[in-house]
Amino acid sequence: MEGLGIVNYWIVVALMMTGLYVVMTANNFVKKIIGLNIFQSSVFILYISIAKVSGGTAPILTSEAEIYSNPLPHVLILTAIVVGVATTALGLALIVRIRSAFGTVDDHEVQDVARD
Amino acid sequence: MIAIEFLVNFTLLGFLLATALVISRTNRLFQSVMLFGIYSLLTAALFVVLDAVDVAFTEAAVGTCISTILMLSALSLTGSRREVAMHRKSPALALGVSIALGAALAVGIMDMPEFADPNAPANLHVAPYYLTESVSEIDIPNVVTSVLASYRGYDTLGEVVVIFTAGIGVIALLAGRTGKRDED
Repeated sequence: MEGLGIVNYWIVVALMMTGLYVVMTANNFVKKIIGLNIFQSSVFILYISIAKVSGGTAPILTSEAEIYSNPLPHVLILTAIVVGVATTALGLALIVRIRSAFGTVDDHEVQDVARD
Repeated sequence: MIAIEFLVNFTLLGFLLATALVISRTNRLFQSVMLFGIYSLLTAALFVVLDAVDVAFTEAAVGTCISTILMLSALSLTGSRREVAMHRKSPALALGVSIALGAALAVGIMDMPEFADPNAPANLHVAPYYLTESVSEIDIPNVVTSVLASYRGYDTLGEVVVIFTAGIGVIALLAGRTGKRDED
């Protein structure tokens, strides 16, 4: 496809910047986890964009198709999505634990409580 | 001529960017979590357009459903509704770091091969081997399955170990939490 260039990759960069910004500016820990997930899925989109082949179809072999997209990045990202959810679950469990130890899930308030 | 699938691709990417920007602006947490659910679903739709059907339904099932449910549970367990606005950090530094990251990535992206290029280096290495040989070697028409379960089987085993470890971590963190909660 001529002329489409690398727009996908530019949007991936923009999503990654947004994710990092949310992680850094959010006070609430749950919001930080959301930012982390945005950051993470921008990487997924990067890999899946690389795997796309013009005119190709999903890599399930049939007699009707000739060109297939690259299956290897799909496998890597399949693994990454599941691991990502596992780490999200662990992060959220830590947040619940922080709530019962400090009585708050706000970044600044936790620091204030820890200082006292 | 731009094929319809590329048009859908760019539309979905636009929606994704808009959703992410709204998430970064809002301070209501429930709204953020719901928008994140939409964001995941849009990602899943994008993966279908980009021919990654297996990834798409994993994202729809695991990313959209389970992540959103976990975040909603965390919100209800911590009882938080919105971010405390008075503590809002000055965004200048964060913006600066984000832009620095964006600039560094932009330099890298300049060298990327054209989107959907069949002759991109990533598509010329082992992928043709998997596509031509996997049926005779493993006899499963879905190439993603044969790579996941056979060629890269140890990778998947490692993934299972990671999930198991995370599960143990969650149980260890949350065990006995209900008894303690009455004190605060």
